[in-house]
Amino acid sequence: MLTFEAKLNRSSHGSFGCHGWQALWALFLTAFALFAAGVQSASADPLAIKVGVIHEAHSRETISILDIPPADDFIAGARVALDDNNTTGRFLDQSFSVVDAKLSAGEDPIAPLKEMLADGVRFFIVDLPAAEVLAVADAARSSGALVFNAGAPDERLREEDCRANVIHVAPSRSMLTDALAQYLIWKQWRRWLLVVGSHPEDQLLAEAYRRSAKKFGAKIIDERVYQDTGGGRRSDSGSVQVQRQMPVFTQNAPEYDVLVAADESEVFAGFLPYRTWDPRPVVGSAGLRPVSWDPSHEFWGAVQLQNRFQRLFKRGMNARDNQAWVAMRLIGDAVAHTKSSDPKTIHDDILSPGFALGAFKGQGLTVRDWNQQLRQPILLTDGRGTVSVSPQEGFLHQTSELDTLGLDRPETKCKLQ
Amino acid sequence: MQTSMRPLARCASAVALLASLGAFSGPAHATTAYITNEKGNSISVIDLDKLEVTHTVKTGQRPRGIALSKDDALMFVCLGDDDTIAVIDTKTLKEVGELPSGPDPEQLRVSPDGKLVFVANENDALLTAIDAATRQVVSEFPVGVEPEGVAVSPDGSIVVNTSETTSMAHLIDWRNKKVVANILVPPRPRYAEYNKEGSELWVSSEVGGTVSVIDPVKHVVAYTITFEVPGLARELIQPVGIRFSADGKLAFVAMGPANRVAVIDTATKQVLKYLLVGQRVWQLALTPDGKYLLTTNGVSNDVSVIDVAALKVTKSIPVGSFPWGVAISKQ
Repeated sequence: MLTFEAKLNRSSHGSFGCHGWQALWALFLTAFALFAAGVQSASADPLAIKVGVIHEAHSRETISILDIPPADDFIAGARVALDDNNTTGRFLDQSFSVVDAKLSAGEDPIAPLKEMLADGVRFFIVDLPAAEVLAVADAARSSGALVFNAGAPDERLREEDCRANVIHVAPSRSMLTDALAQYLIWKQWRRWLLVVGSHPEDQLLAEAYRRSAKKFGAKIIDERVYQDTGGGRRSDSGSVQVQRQMPVFTQNAPEYDVLVAADESEVFAGFLPYRTWDPRPVVGSAGLRPVSWDPSHEFWGAVQLQNRFQRLFKRGMNARDNQAWVAMRLIGDAVAHTKSSDPKTIHDDILSPGFALGAFKGQGLTVRDWNQQLRQPILLTDGRGTVSVSPQEGFLHQTSELDTLGLDRPETKCKLQ
Repeated sequence: MQTSMRPLARCASAVALLASLGAFSGPAHATTAYITNEKGNSISVIDLDKLEVTHTVKTGQRPRGIALSKDDALMFVCLGDDDTIAVIDTKTLKEVGELPSGPDPEQLRVSPDGKLVFVANENDALLTAIDAATRQVVSEFPVGVEPEGVAVSPDGSIVVNTSETTSMAHLIDWRNKKVVANILVPPRPRYAEYNKEGSELWVSSEVGGTVSVIDPVKHVVAYTITFEVPGLARELIQPVGIRFSADGKLAFVAMGPANRVAVIDTATKQVLKYLLVGQRVWQLALTPDGKYLLTTNGVSNDVSVIDVAALKVTKSIPVGSFPWGVAISKQ
């Protein structure tokens, strides 16, 4: 349902043919550090923070097998951040723990939510469809709990349906499409062929691309809809049909610079690169993709986080994992600052002017006070490395260049309550 | 020379290849600056009389932190992607050994008596102390997530380590091997530096965009220095390297992608001036006579030379690819 990436089996960094040794050594050192930590945190009553993680399994129907969500999708990111928080916590007498609720598609999140609320949990990190995010937020409200939306990109959650007790860690669709649009403008690829999937979320994504085109001066010269006629993604018959279908589907387009694919449902975009009728780059849901994170991202010390993740979970950190990590780190930093477990105190600290989270994105991440959306640079990735990072140079803003991504304060429909 | 059978040393690429491009002429006797080039996998050797590069030394992978031994005879170079610290003879510019740093060393610090080399291991949340003479690990100390900056008090009694994700300065009583304070500072503390008297500990926060001045006796942040450059987004102000002038009256702070060095009055903690240098300024070093301050500029591949008396940038010296660290000989 959401388009994110999960790449498997990525080795951590430059191989010198002796990873076994390194791993053993690292394991020993980690064990030593943990032992030492245990010795240090002998104090009786640490401040205990319980964080509920409620997340729905994502579809395994992905075009590339590399993108099939792993069993520990999302929660793995929260767990790495939990370790980070607890390392800081051992110096401050604070301890963090996670209560994990993994739901199958369509399962009601309110039952586990109520159980956790009854158990005293007041912080929730969720990866759920938009309607369920709202349901959770509303059900948690009377307890004063704070909800971190680390999955749903829907604009409406930040706009007309915004909630005062929800902080949005996941970038909105318009942040992602603006990030890509800025780069395409910088490249002078202004004429777009927009290809849209037939699912409602594909339509929402297409709407965001139309808005971005208008905002930054690109032209959508033609639009096509790719109808999902059902059926699976895997086939033993090879690539013959796809190789024939995709050129025909993109035939007879007016002159264009770049094909923009809006396919959150993983139906067709992954089949477009190298198969378009005209030799044109593919961007959007395949090819060059705007994401919050990618397993290949390594700038600004990111390789440290990638290594920590790889060491614990034996795979690369995908965008969903990262969003869960960021949410958990927001809680961790605010608890460290305020020495409080009160959700309102934590909420206020995260929104305070001095707050910025280091998250390996080249600058501190802050939260927009008008709709509680996390400001963040967006990576443009081809899955092999970070091609560029938006906002692009030259897209100026009076308060933060990060606010050139997504709906800005003057256009917001959000009234926090 | 290297007798260690440590697995990581063997693990590190091949033995890091060191070759001086001007081996026969040998380095000059003038005061010398050594610049690590993070992507160039090399060290640019600058003659500070001529203010130009005289030699380029090839190193192993990803050289960043660099420091000289007390007698200037050796330089220690963190090779992040080789998981080791190269020991290079400053006369011959040849590698003569390695220090067992553990994985991905980035910054290091030599103790005031020259006997120990402290290095932070980001991957393992450890601070490692290495005996400079025997080149063996003396002790390992668990610290916060992603330890990075290392500083030693002038009397050698306190070792400071900053941890980036934990956002703390850890003060360690080295004789008793005991943490005496964990001081919370703004996010991603990257670098720590004591003033000459040891009465203040300055810590830069790259993401927080501030410098915390810590009282090392009371263990509190006494001042927080903030920066503001007209027309520059707050996010671009990312303080990293810190140096004090020879008379201790001024402090210099490298501000990363703000492309500036802030000049601070150490008495009032007020920012006096911003000096425009090259792009993405990382680290700083002062010449022994205190006349010049050198800055490494990661994106513009050069070193800016600041005239300390005039507070003016007087020269840019082109070096290798992505310059990061700098060390200057004492004579």
